[in-house]
Amino acid sequence: MKETRLGDFEETLLLLVGILEKEAYAFKIAEEFESQTKRSTSIGAVHSTLNRLSDKGFLTSEMGAATAERGGRRKRIYSITASGQRALQDSRDFKLSLWKQFPAFAGDLNFSA
Amino acid sequence: MIKQRPPKYAERFLGWFIKPDLAEEVLGDLDEKFYLTIETRSLRKARRNYWYQVINYLRPFAFKFFKSKYRNNTAMLKHNFKVSYRQMLRNKGYSIVNIGGLAMGMVVAMLIGLWVHDELTFNKYHKNYETLVHVLRHEVEGDRRETNSSLITGLGTMMKEKFADQLDGVFMVRAREQNRVLAAGDRKFRQVGLFMQENGPELLSFEMIQGTYDAFENMGSILLSESFAKKLFGDEDPMGKFVTMDARDNFLVGGIYKDIPKNSKFADAAYVCRLAVVLGGPKYLNVWGNYNTDIYAKVNPNVDLENLADQINKAAAPNFNDYAQESGMKFYLHPMKDWHLKSEFQDHKQVTSQQMKLVWLYAIIGIFVLVLACINFMNLSTARSEKRAKEVGIRKTLGSVRRELIGQFYMESFLYTLLAFAVSLGFLSLLLPWFNETSAKEIAAPWGMPTFWLASIGFVLFTALVSGSYPAIFLSSFKPIKALKGTVTPGKGATIPRKILVVFQFTISIALIIGTITVNKQIESAKNRPVGYSPKGMLSVSPASPNFRKNYQAMRTEMLRTGMAVEIGGSNYPVINALGWNPGFTWEGMDPTFSESFNTISITPGYAEAVDMKFIYGRPFSMEPQADRNGIILNRSAMEAMRLDNPVGMVINFNPNWADPRDYVVIGVVEDMVKASPYEKTYQSVMFNNLFRPNYLYIKLNPNKSASEAIPVLEEVFNQFLPEAPFDYTFADDDYNKKFIAEERIASQASFFSILAIFISCLGLFALASFVAEQRTKEIGIRKVLGASILSLWKLLSKDFAVLVIIACLIAIPISSSVLNDWLDTFEVQTELSWWIFAAGGLGAFLITLITVSFQAIKAAMANPVKSLRSE
Repeated sequence: MKETRLGDFEETLLLLVGILEKEAYAFKIAEEFESQTKRSTSIGAVHSTLNRLSDKGFLTSEMGAATAERGGRRKRIYSITASGQRALQDSRDFKLSLWKQFPAFAGDLNFSA
Repeated sequence: MIKQRPPKYAERFLGWFIKPDLAEEVLGDLDEKFYLTIETRSLRKARRNYWYQVINYLRPFAFKFFKSKYRNNTAMLKHNFKVSYRQMLRNKGYSIVNIGGLAMGMVVAMLIGLWVHDELTFNKYHKNYETLVHVLRHEVEGDRRETNSSLITGLGTMMKEKFADQLDGVFMVRAREQNRVLAAGDRKFRQVGLFMQENGPELLSFEMIQGTYDAFENMGSILLSESFAKKLFGDEDPMGKFVTMDARDNFLVGGIYKDIPKNSKFADAAYVCRLAVVLGGPKYLNVWGNYNTDIYAKVNPNVDLENLADQINKAAAPNFNDYAQESGMKFYLHPMKDWHLKSEFQDHKQVTSQQMKLVWLYAIIGIFVLVLACINFMNLSTARSEKRAKEVGIRKTLGSVRRELIGQFYMESFLYTLLAFAVSLGFLSLLLPWFNETSAKEIAAPWGMPTFWLASIGFVLFTALVSGSYPAIFLSSFKPIKALKGTVTPGKGATIPRKILVVFQFTISIALIIGTITVNKQIESAKNRPVGYSPKGMLSVSPASPNFRKNYQAMRTEMLRTGMAVEIGGSNYPVINALGWNPGFTWEGMDPTFSESFNTISITPGYAEAVDMKFIYGRPFSMEPQADRNGIILNRSAMEAMRLDNPVGMVINFNPNWADPRDYVVIGVVEDMVKASPYEKTYQSVMFNNLFRPNYLYIKLNPNKSASEAIPVLEEVFNQFLPEAPFDYTFADDDYNKKFIAEERIASQASFFSILAIFISCLGLFALASFVAEQRTKEIGIRKVLGASILSLWKLLSKDFAVLVIIACLIAIPISSSVLNDWLDTFEVQTELSWWIFAAGGLGAFLITLITVSFQAIKAAMANPVKSLRSE
């Protein structure tokens, strides 16, 4: 059985893939990660995590179009699978339930979707 | 734009390690990053960043050297393992035979390996193993060139004084076994000990548990071995207590040393005393005429032994007495590493010793048994694997690569070998205590010995590789279609190596059977020799008391009076060895060139009757105290050597160099007595009449009384006369039988190994026969349907194997006969290699084969043909 829990980095990347939609390939995701989180990373690290998420079945990928700035090379476009979405939801619900049990915040927040 | 290319080396580096199917997207991504960085930062930064990104791709997922995840190697391994395991369970009988047989072979090889190792590391316990030497002397006695170890104290003392620059230490030890009675309080024991000079224990690196070597400086001190101290003093602290030796001298316990392990020359030493004590005082440490000590020396590392021996010879020569000069005495320094296995000399040259031959013999048997087991294992593995051609076909059709099939078969044979190894380790720990007992060794389990593990692992790998190679390479080469159609027949070619192996196996087995019978027969023939006296019902006592000679007559009379003994006699040397030799006999009509020595002992009247010597001519010594004072008794060998016929009444002059010449009258001739090795000729021997010098007492028990009844009564009398000495008697027939222990040990072990070898061969044959029968099930079915009888089917199946065994016989018989002839030639008394031994060996093997094979053959022949023909 494969590990299906999401790490923090994995969860962020999964979300970014969802946000970027058609532009979700390793380089773009890494750029987006750096600009959104203000944390630096490398394309290799991102690629490796995307690869792992694909193994877990949360992402699928296919080769997309080539562009000039890539020296005419194609890019691998990632997209979230149903189980990937499910994992994201589970992760959010779990954290929400924890937040709700936190007495200092309980009641002040209303995340319910 | 053209100059703004990503760094070439980084690109090339990336291309070198990255997985080909990732290269395109990764290079694309990195390019984009590169050009973006140029725009937002600078070219320099972009280039540096490119390197950074490349380095960051050094991750397992992107590495082409890591095996692809999609090929999933561990799963394949697991699968192979599972298949092997299931194969094993499915053919339980075959697996047990195969693994058990190999395990048995391994265990024999391990036992023998340990034995050989123990022999080769003899004396290594002593720290000065590399530098200690034993001084031997080569000399010429008459026409014989002899090598002896007993030497003169003067030489040891001289070596110590004059050769201090080349020798780190010299110490002398009293020669011959010193078997003394030691007593502490009420406890008295007869024990072997060493009498040596003060530096001896240190040079021999005795491990002191209590006390130090310094305590041994004191002339009146004694060092005890741990176990002997326990025996003497129990739980008391022995340090500082007194021990009495032979009811005469008291020694102060100065230290306790750890027991010397059995694989040391000094293993017997239960205690150590000073040499000067036993010789009678320090003045006897510089005598040049008495050959009563062993001399040991620790040599400086760079000294040439031969050269040193020459120098010692030159320095000692002026002190030699006439005897030493006549004998042409030459010294030889025998290094400690040669003491055990290289200590036989002939004509002053080192020759291969019996013990060394035994080491070789054992090693060869061990290797043979192991090879037998391996052959079995390979034979069975390959035979079995042919059944799996279909499996290979299916695997190949489903896309198995040849390499993987090879891997699978190797894995399987490795698994089997490993299992056999594990089983053999279990056997080893079970058998080791028994083996130690039968071989009189103290071999510890080798769990902590790196060489043992290395050898074992090497062997496991080797066997697995060799036995796995045939199926791995041959089977994996099958064309799948042929294999599935069933047209793959291994053909005649495949069975020939198997036949050769079976022949080889049985050649060894038959040779071992013949060898075992011969060894046993040789022992039997020595045992059945006429002994010349009757050790039965005779006690032998060596009273350790200075009062023995004085009280002998009175004690004898008193013992006889009890009615428990029918005759009692004494002698100066024991009846179970041939000590005491003298030249100097002359008689009328003697061949003037005759110069041989005679075995000479002194006996008391009554001795002849007590040991029951068989008289050919004449009579025993008279009981009258003054009669026969000049009488002598000869034995048959002496009579024949002197070329006399009924010499009773003849006068013989005896002129020893240590007493005045005297004339003696022959009063009797007796049959030879087997005193020394029962495998040697008996010696010419002369017996003198001497009432005053007995050291050994022989008591013939009353045949009408039981030993348990007689001994307490005799002991009481003994204690009455000699309260200070223990009545430690032995039965003379036990003593006599001890002469056979070494050979009997060899015989029992040889029997054990040959039975195992034969058993292993049979196991293999059994499995092979069952395999053949199984392979030919259909054929047998058809034959039966067409009317073949069970007998003809049995003949059909057994014939092949019978022929192989007959070939094996033809090879084994000449080989074993020549080897055994050589072996028997080393004995003076030898059994005959009669034809029936060979017949028994061959026939035995043939019968065993037939029984083994027939069991399978008849089973196959009796099977219902409907069953075998119905399937498919």
